[in-house]
Amino acid sequence: MESTVFLVKALIILAVFGVTLLIATYSTYAERKVAAFIQDRIGPNRAGPLGLFQPLADAVKLFFKEEFVPANANKFLFILGPSLSMLTACMASAVIPFGGSILIDGQYINVQAIEVNIGILYIFGVVALGVYGIMIGGWASNNKFSLLGAIRAASQNISYELAMGMSIIALLLVTSTLSLGEMARQQGEPLFGISGMNWNIFYQPLGFLIFIICAFAETNRVPFDLPECETELIGGYHTEYSSMGMGLYLFAEYVNIFVASAVMATLYFGGYNFPFMYDMGLPHNIVTLLGTVALFGKIFFFIFFFMWVRWTLPRFRYDQLMNLGWKILIPLSIANVIVTAAIILFKQEYFQ
Amino acid sequence: MNFSERMYLPAIFQGLTITMRHFFKKKATISYPEQTRPMSAVWRGLHVLKRDEKGRERCTACGLCAVACPAEAITMVAGERKRGEEGLYREEKYAVSYEINMLRCIFCGLCEEACPKAAIFLQNDKTAPARYERDEFIYGKDRLVEPMPATGNNQ
Ligand code: SF4
Ligand code: SF4
Repeated sequence: MESTVFLVKALIILAVFGVTLLIATYSTYAERKVAAFIQDRIGPNRAGPLGLFQPLADAVKLFFKEEFVPANANKFLFILGPSLSMLTACMASAVIPFGGSILIDGQYINVQAIEVNIGILYIFGVVALGVYGIMIGGWASNNKFSLLGAIRAASQNISYELAMGMSIIALLLVTSTLSLGEMARQQGEPLFGISGMNWNIFYQPLGFLIFIICAFAETNRVPFDLPECETELIGGYHTEYSSMGMGLYLFAEYVNIFVASAVMATLYFGGYNFPFMYDMGLPHNIVTLLGTVALFGKIFFFIFFFMWVRWTLPRFRYDQLMNLGWKILIPLSIANVIVTAAIILFKQEYFQ
Repeated sequence: MNFSERMYLPAIFQGLTITMRHFFKKKATISYPEQTRPMSAVWRGLHVLKRDEKGRERCTACGLCAVACPAEAITMVAGERKRGEEGLYREEKYAVSYEINMLRCIFCGLCEEACPKAAIFLQNDKTAPARYERDEFIYGKDRLVEPMPATGNNQ
């Protein structure tokens, strides 16, 4: 009994890790395809059918390039930077509930690699650590442009984490739990008689808007990719990197996008819940499977959205970025918290 | 900027619809080696050295094309036709070697206009393909002279 639980759990952990990497790998391919389609091109189509082996070809190319360390760089930190980026990026997906629960031998096993009851804090902590990878890499390069990129990354992440945290606080007021699994379960409750539709987006539309903008900034994606702004900083924090160091930085960005998409889907878009999930009378495990598929559908939509925005918008100017963060998003998110709290209090006072 | 402009959101939404429209548009790409663009009838592409109706090389190595060439891409060595070679060369003097450097050539077609023997032409259906080595861009007679017609009886 215990050993089956252990085995299933191990399999889930492995699967989550593998799927995270796989999706990040193919995000690079998807990014190029989406970019091409938006620009009326057809994108990579030479490596394998439809260019599907392109990520492998890219990886091989990066592996065989020279791993160059600048003469005056701090060698240890120079290597630590990208590794840390990659490590923190991969850590975050551990607490995301990728599905409901599986029923095996009369036991319910949650499809979640690690069940912690402070999942959202964990994610915040890990994401905040992610900026160290960039910071260290940029500083260790001993290059002004890299350093500027790293400083930009740090200040941008700090500015946007505030607004992000505020939007999360408003969400916590609604859900009154820190556990991602619990949040996902709550969203499976019926809304207007439709089961699995009690999504937080209906309670926190403004919070979601703030969250998604901050997610763009946290993952250093266009329009907030100032740390790697080519026009001003050559390549930003990874100017001096080549070969796999560079590869890890780029790859970590895609892992981050995947994690951000998964978090958004879980927090605001009902996680693994989908409309009518308990009304169809399907067996428990089938519902879980469909739920996982639904969750990945949502994740893919968000990943696509990340790319869609990237190939639409130009980069913000740095002062615009700071203005948006401090003068618009933070006041808005504080207002959001106050309004949410007031409504909840009002409901408790007069409707219960 | 008024408030809605400062929010950026309406403008962002507008931009997103534009890119989404392009996402589903017909793609402009031509997958080159498999597909080629239709070329105009007066397109000036790769050169060919013509043979006459009996399969003899028309070029008499007069050098007018080389003189006309603004890019100085043509070099040739002239030679005298020997007895018994009448079937190969139409005139008594012929080009022993004839080279065009395709990296220098600007495909202006002046060589074609200069030629008194109607020997050199720029084809409208062939281009000089990309190569890795510079040497390979110097086209000698082996690649310039029109291949023998299948019914020809010479050589
Ligand atoms: S096409 Fe123009 S440039 Fe080219 S060989 Fe002829 S004359 Fe010279
Ligand atoms: S190609 Fe024409 S112009 Fe040039 S050398 Fe031959 S005959 Fe003279």
